[in-house]
Amino acid sequence: MNRLLALIGVLALASIPLLDIGNYYLHLLITILIWGFIYTSWSIMGRFGLVSLGHGAFLGIGAYTVTMLWNQIGLSPWLGLPIGLGLSALVAVVIGYPCFRFRIVGHYFALVTLALSEVVRLTIVALRDNTGGSLGMTPRSADTANSLYALQFADKETFFYIALVVWLFGLWVWKKVDRSMSRYALEAISEEEDAAASVGINVTRTKLTITVLSAVLTALGGVLYAQYQLYINPETVSGIAISLQIVFAVIAGGMYVQLGPTVGAVFTLMLAESLRIMVGHDVHGLDGTIYGLLLVLFIIFMPKGILGGLLSWWEKRQSPPPSAKPAPAE
Amino acid sequence: MEIFDIFLLEAILNGILLGGVLALLALGLNLVFGVIDVVWICYAELVMLGMYTVYWLFAQYGVPLIPAFLLGILAVAALGALLHYLVIQPVLSSAPINQLLVTGGVLFFLQALATLVFGVEFRNIGLRLPVLEFNEMYFSFARVLAFVAALAGMVALYLFLTRTYLGTAIRAISQDRAIMPLMGVNPKKIYLITSAIGGGLAGLAACLLVLQYDVHPAIGLSFGPITFMICVMGGLGNMVGGFVAAFIFSQFISVGGFFFAIEWGYVVAFAFFILMMFVKPQGILSRRR
Repeated sequence: MNRLLALIGVLALASIPLLDIGNYYLHLLITILIWGFIYTSWSIMGRFGLVSLGHGAFLGIGAYTVTMLWNQIGLSPWLGLPIGLGLSALVAVVIGYPCFRFRIVGHYFALVTLALSEVVRLTIVALRDNTGGSLGMTPRSADTANSLYALQFADKETFFYIALVVWLFGLWVWKKVDRSMSRYALEAISEEEDAAASVGINVTRTKLTITVLSAVLTALGGVLYAQYQLYINPETVSGIAISLQIVFAVIAGGMYVQLGPTVGAVFTLMLAESLRIMVGHDVHGLDGTIYGLLLVLFIIFMPKGILGGLLSWWEKRQSPPPSAKPAPAE
Repeated sequence: MEIFDIFLLEAILNGILLGGVLALLALGLNLVFGVIDVVWICYAELVMLGMYTVYWLFAQYGVPLIPAFLLGILAVAALGALLHYLVIQPVLSSAPINQLLVTGGVLFFLQALATLVFGVEFRNIGLRLPVLEFNEMYFSFARVLAFVAALAGMVALYLFLTRTYLGTAIRAISQDRAIMPLMGVNPKKIYLITSAIGGGLAGLAACLLVLQYDVHPAIGLSFGPITFMICVMGGLGNMVGGFVAAFIFSQFISVGGFFFAIEWGYVVAFAFFILMMFVKPQGILSRRR
């Protein structure tokens, strides 16, 4: 039943470009899919209490590695992609291993990863001879408008399908992790590390695996973003602001449910776009003000997020006798 | 070689002066963390609002500088108390990471609100302070002032915490949260007062920063991260450690910026921070447990 619903949903999504809805709405959808994928990648580790404020680093490494390789030595993004992903995996190990080995958790983990995202941002700015610094950089245009070799497509339909496939892949990974043994190990670790270690869980290795997975997927999202937007700058793909944006969108949508991060992407984008249309370009900062206010309210009153909150409200309605079933985990 | 040395010495001394500003920034954050056990991610945004307050009073309404400073400090102190009352208090009993993130939400809110109210322009207080010359080396007077104020602020805070009844209560509650209510201390009140003092210190930092830098809504992002790094490297809640860490960081930035580009100074400083976290996760002045 669920599988059928999912299939219908995917088919419905896939048929959207056939409806000829126009480039603006298609652009919104692609943006939602790309960010939905990035947010899902973050939540793969974030839901286990591994709150990283450094995912901007992986986003930036992915986007800049591929773009720089293409611009400077003409390496196809298809070959740049594995290099970028490998590099972000390497950074994840270099930072993650000592963190987990020396039990850096909670606030401290968040702040170490925050430092990492700033290191990447400042490195990009400092290498301004090659990266264009704060001005950002544009991937060199391919010879033809639609080039598979350069991973650049002039029509949005093609990119929509690419983003859709990648987004579905992200959800699939989420499900795989959710159904795996590691999930139980990770939940045990997030509750109490010493107790988890005492029942034979290799804490360091388990945490490192999920971190590397999350980092690599985030870097993939960064590459996708760069190839779609065809413009990146240090502020939009790395640093503290984007790292916090990732975390907050996930919280707004719901950290513990599969589609939560995507709902977060829809919510934040809709909020920004509708306010932009209603208020226009003249009033800067109104969308951010409302967004920030909503975030604070969410964390105080609705820590499970929009989708998480809705789902648990629905479950409560479905099963009125509270003693009949043990409380569902998430 | 001779001229090279004098520039290096100038960089080192300027680093020490920058360290004073950073130490002052870290002081309020450290106090709040030490007592309430919450990291204000939006701390730098409080400083930004303080800078706007002083700018507005001084440059727009012609309030003399000293009263503008005092009003600025009071405004940010009130803001700190308000932040605690409205935002922190409701999440005090939930997961620590929620407390961190909720102040991150406040960061977005304050930054966007400042954009909304003040616009994105860079604003300068329009006060030119003299540059001090000593032995062919040049120092900004504002930095010297900031350095002195940081020292004074730290000493005043130390005296307050050790010599007054209220200070003793604050120190006691940071040592044992569960017992102090039984001893007749109202933790809610203490937290509120601590938040106000933390805000006041942010306001003091704002007064000194507005003399040196243009104020704009995103200025918090440029020195917010480094303030957290200093607090964590010094050991969160450890004020002497924070002071030492501030001077280490400022040397990296100043001397690193002297040899390479300024960004490299920051990169090295942050990389050093990450390294130190692995070597001494409890802070540079901690003893091995």
